[in-house]
Amino acid sequence: MSDTLHIQHGVASHGHSGEPHVHHHKETFISKYIFSMDHKMIAKQFLVTGIIWAIIGGLFSVLFRLQLGFPDQSFPILETFFGRWAEGGKIKPEFYYALTTMHGTVLIFFVLTAGLSGTFANLLIPLQVGARDMASPFMNMLSYWMFFAASIVMLSSLFTQTGPAAGGWTVYPPLSALGLASQGSKSGMDLWIIAMTLFVASQLLGGLNYISTILNMRTKGMSMTRLPLTIWALLFTAILGVLSFPVLLSGLVLLMFDRHLGTSFYLSDIFVAGQALPNEGGSAILYQHLFWFLGHPEVYIIIMPTMGLASEILAINSRKPIFGYMAMIASLMAICVLAFLVWAHHMFVTGMNPFLGSVFVLLTLLIAIPSAIKVFNWITTIWRGNIRFTPGMLFAIGFVSIFISGGLTGIFLGNSTIDIHLHDTMFVIAHFHIVMGVSAFFGMFAGIYHWFPKMFGRYMNNTLGYIHFWVTIVCAYLIFWPMHYQGFAGMPRRYLDKSSWVSFGQFHSLDAMITVVTIIVFAVQLMFVFNYFYSMYKGRRVRTQNPWEATTLEWTTPIHPGHGNWDGEIPEVHRWAYDYGKDGRDFIPQTEPVGENESSH
Amino acid sequence: MNTSIVSEQQHRKLHPHKFALWVAIASILMMFAGLTSAFIVKSNQAGWRTFVLPGIFWVSTVLILASSLTMLMAIKAFKSRGMRQYRGLLGITFLLGAAFVICQVVGFNQLWNSNVQFKGASGAGQFFYAIAGLHAVHVIGGVIALLVIFLKSIAGKTKSYDAVPVEVMGMYWHFVDLLWLYLMIFFIMLG
Repeated sequence: MSDTLHIQHGVASHGHSGEPHVHHHKETFISKYIFSMDHKMIAKQFLVTGIIWAIIGGLFSVLFRLQLGFPDQSFPILETFFGRWAEGGKIKPEFYYALTTMHGTVLIFFVLTAGLSGTFANLLIPLQVGARDMASPFMNMLSYWMFFAASIVMLSSLFTQTGPAAGGWTVYPPLSALGLASQGSKSGMDLWIIAMTLFVASQLLGGLNYISTILNMRTKGMSMTRLPLTIWALLFTAILGVLSFPVLLSGLVLLMFDRHLGTSFYLSDIFVAGQALPNEGGSAILYQHLFWFLGHPEVYIIIMPTMGLASEILAINSRKPIFGYMAMIASLMAICVLAFLVWAHHMFVTGMNPFLGSVFVLLTLLIAIPSAIKVFNWITTIWRGNIRFTPGMLFAIGFVSIFISGGLTGIFLGNSTIDIHLHDTMFVIAHFHIVMGVSAFFGMFAGIYHWFPKMFGRYMNNTLGYIHFWVTIVCAYLIFWPMHYQGFAGMPRRYLDKSSWVSFGQFHSLDAMITVVTIIVFAVQLMFVFNYFYSMYKGRRVRTQNPWEATTLEWTTPIHPGHGNWDGEIPEVHRWAYDYGKDGRDFIPQTEPVGENESSH
Repeated sequence: MNTSIVSEQQHRKLHPHKFALWVAIASILMMFAGLTSAFIVKSNQAGWRTFVLPGIFWVSTVLILASSLTMLMAIKAFKSRGMRQYRGLLGITFLLGAAFVICQVVGFNQLWNSNVQFKGASGAGQFFYAIAGLHAVHVIGGVIALLVIFLKSIAGKTKSYDAVPVEVMGMYWHFVDLLWLYLMIFFIMLG
């Protein structure tokens, strides 16, 4: 605590003509590991919390896949663990909907938003721009603890009598607005809203910090066009979050009014058990507009950080400069702008005016252009490179592969006419799981394997890393590829049991196969978790400051950087972040002044 | 370790805390933009009802405008080291802010008693409760912050002449003031 207080003083009286004075403050366990204001520790806190949530959210998918794969079978062990939620070893409908809802909520918000940008924005922004810490370390700490509070509330909703929210992760009214509507619309829904409010507060506190650190606290010489692409990606992610999460909050405020005060913002002409409710004139579509104004940028909040991580890892491990640096920034910017203009493509079949729909089709398909630019640049970056197949690099390449597969099906769904057939089918499930679920996870794994040495001064185990990669990529395609066929055949998503449809009988064995593969891939993720924690304490030690021979600033810090990151002065930057294979040299760090006879880019 | 996180080069730039506040303001604006667009969307649908704004909201408008003025003067006094003046003006700003919140609550009650309530179809009045209520929450946050820096200025042993915290406070205060003006105009024109 006292250490950070000292840094705070630095803000107030930035005098001391650069005299390096060393203070060794005693750090207690609480100030170092719990209420830490060090951005590196906060990053680890986000990561570990994210890992715990990923196990919970992943387990939920295994459970509901059991129901989908083997609808006739009973699993007595489920009753042992879940009691009346799985009487006789069969998952009850309410439990099934709660599982799918919480799987979506947990993985989208708690793992791939907080766990992903929370980890890498906190770890990389100060280290790569050359800052001692975030603009406001205190607000940064608050951001984590808000997230932690949100986690506790969301977790507690799992243990309520009526169960957690169960109306889908989008919590559409009227299901979410009426406690009478279902089991999951009772206290679980209130806890969901409270948790998400805390979560939004956490994202905003974090986001403001990320933006102001990147724009205001770069070290000398670090112009915007010398920043690594990770930082650009995290900047646009933070901008998206700061501008779109508040709109979700406004939607949730009106939802709370409808739930508890009897207003009719979203409710109209509803009968429950033969009784007419007094609500009139409300519009459920209004909620959908407010929700998707966040909901769509949200998918870019998930994927953009991994685009940055992959760009960096691909360039380093190909020993080549990133191809089209400026085009990469421009395409991130284009995605960031378009992200706000396409939300209604989630609502093509809500009775939207077809002319309005066609505008959203055009804007949606436009996103294919910046996405394609990025994919092209990643492939040309590794083209004829001296590739080092580290686990991080494999996951980065896997990310590109999966992003292409998932992106292509987006072109189908972005067309409002084809969407009439495909909406609410397994095709949609396949599309978004591949393009933002699996590929974001691949980017995240790449980042964890690559920056683990910076986080803990040790390497993760390579062999386990390779097994993790190959099993995961094969299983990911095995799970989601067949779902496209199910979707084409019209198989609806969200349904508990489809066995009464003769036409879907052909998919029984396919569904069983998907479930078995889900269990295998879940087990392999647990192996990754083991690798992570084992390597934290027992992994091979990092002996050199710059193990990947990278150019960026984080590798100029000591192997175990203290709070403040650099022992002496913050290094000055003289060049961009991608001088690999230049003038016969393998790499040139950003801190090295440009030589007299050096060729220009 | 050189612990100054603000380097010489950054002196000329916007202070990070001020910049962070600008981003926060953009974020809060998005929330109110979301709510007022929801208002516009909903106002085109069946069952829409309008309401008459009670006169007391004009009083609260004058109060918050006046508080912005005293906040401005307080910062000016702080910068010219007129600490007694500064403390006085800060205290007045705090009282005006608190009075604004009380006026809002009284106004909500009057509106409620004129039969603009939650049951049945929702219209401009119900949006007004939600939107002006959220604005009042933001003002209460500011009033608490004002109280904190007021107490610090009278009780603090160390004298700080760093203007940044006071300026950040002022920026936020002017923001909630302007936000209220926007909401007032919005509800007068469309409510």
